[in-house]
Amino acid sequence: MEKGKVKGIYEDVIMAGFGGQGLMFIGKLLAYSAMKESKHVTWIPSYGPEMRGGTANCTVVVSDEEIGSPVIPRPRAVIVMNNPSLEAFEPRLQSEGLLLANSSFVTRSTTRKDIRATFIPANEIASKVGNEKAANMVMLGAYVACTGIVSKESINKGLEELFGAKREFLAANMLAFEEGVKFVKEKCPKTK
Amino acid sequence: MTEKRFMAGNEAIAEAAIQAGCRFYFGYPITPQNEICEYMSMRLPEVGGTFLQAESEVAAIYMTFGAAGAGARVMTSSSSPGISLMQEGISYIAAAELPCVIVNMMRGGPGLGGIHPSQADYFQATKGGGHGDYHLLVLAPHTAQEAVNLTMLAFDLADKYRNPVMILGDGNMGQMMEPVEFPPPPKTEFSKKGWILDGARNRPRRLIKTLYLDPPVLEKRNLAIASKLSEAVKNEVRFESFMVDDADIVIGAYGTVARIAKTAIKILREKGVKVGLLRPISLFPFPYQQFAKVAESGKKILVVEMSLGQMVQDVQLAVCGKTKVNFYSRVGGVVPGYDEILREVEKVVKESG
Repeated sequence: MEKGKVKGIYEDVIMAGFGGQGLMFIGKLLAYSAMKESKHVTWIPSYGPEMRGGTANCTVVVSDEEIGSPVIPRPRAVIVMNNPSLEAFEPRLQSEGLLLANSSFVTRSTTRKDIRATFIPANEIASKVGNEKAANMVMLGAYVACTGIVSKESINKGLEELFGAKREFLAANMLAFEEGVKFVKEKCPKTK
Repeated sequence: MTEKRFMAGNEAIAEAAIQAGCRFYFGYPITPQNEICEYMSMRLPEVGGTFLQAESEVAAIYMTFGAAGAGARVMTSSSSPGISLMQEGISYIAAAELPCVIVNMMRGGPGLGGIHPSQADYFQATKGGGHGDYHLLVLAPHTAQEAVNLTMLAFDLADKYRNPVMILGDGNMGQMMEPVEFPPPPKTEFSKKGWILDGARNRPRRLIKTLYLDPPVLEKRNLAIASKLSEAVKNEVRFESFMVDDADIVIGAYGTVARIAKTAIKILREKGVKVGLLRPISLFPFPYQQFAKVAESGKKILVVEMSLGQMVQDVQLAVCGKTKVNFYSRVGGVVPGYDEILREVEKVVKESG
């Protein structure tokens, strides 16, 4: 799928939620898939003494140029999977930035009028296609649909490579990803 | 070209060490560098090496001492409080003139401090740390790929100068994942290690020791180490000069802070602010001459560090009052954002009219 370097590709995103919701994984998957498209990538986790059940977040940067800062004070996009993450990252989002919230857990709406916000019932959607645990993939699908930063094929291939032995879950995860893409395309017609 | 692998800085350093021929690793777990121990425990047995989790950092550094004395390529790693515990052994290894690689993924201090990134061990790393007259050679990567390249180089420098070499990173660099490639390690030929302890069969005995009770003899030893280090100062200064030539303001920063500064520079350049970066890659030896040149050409300097002001003292020493050295820092595990660095540069611009 390599088309050579396109000038001016750059996206950054912070993904946040409870430990166990799979945010670290979709961050790695996004970065890995973009790397396979010969893009520069960084993935940096929040790390602390507490993990399971606590809040976790990671920051991904994708660019066609060498990446300077892997730490992003004012991100272009945030994916939030619970209320504390919305509280923490909504104020940091750039103006015109992209907020993707999992409304299965996020119970309030956004207070900002200068951002593009989409609320996605990711757990319900993932349940419908057979695996509620793939809610993270619904969110990633939505993000990829909104930004076009990597191709679906790269995600598919990345998933295969990163999943390793757990192949039986591949199909459900890919299906969840595609549902995320579909949700965004239906709800936000302006999306590329 | 080898295939790109997606790895955390800690893992990349560990794999680079193995590819550089490191077959012995001794360590004791501490955040944020545990992935080095973990990776070594998995990989070293695969290549016929030895991984040993020591009972403490003190034990780990003396095991490193022993393996180096036996002629092995050996590495240990820790983070700030653990590196403090190792200082006695590091001084002994330097005194015994043994090659080894020590990785410090710095975290906030003093004391137990925290587990988040810091650069507050600069003095400890570059000015001695342990007792007596010695220096480590200190290399500070700013990306995972550079961490790979410098780790491979570190083993060669350690052999070349028979001196411990430190890789100085921080928690951020250890945890962050990036694509890395493993170039074939440099094939450097060194004279056979004629000093190693491998059993004195059919040859006179050798002795590795650090106790010299006769002052003139110890003085001679001190001067020999000094002369070797002055060779390193001549040959091993490494730095990156990034958009410095036409700059009015030059940021001085190393490691994680330097790459964050690059983003600030990119944004500022688009606004028409002429700013560059002088990034020491070797912290010992320090690129004094390069900072002196910056000062002599009338450029302003802004040093940014995750410490209360350590490397900035070397920059001041280099510029010798010829230009004002501005300073900005975040400490305690807080990483400065590029927006903060950007504001500081604009402040310096305003002040200089």
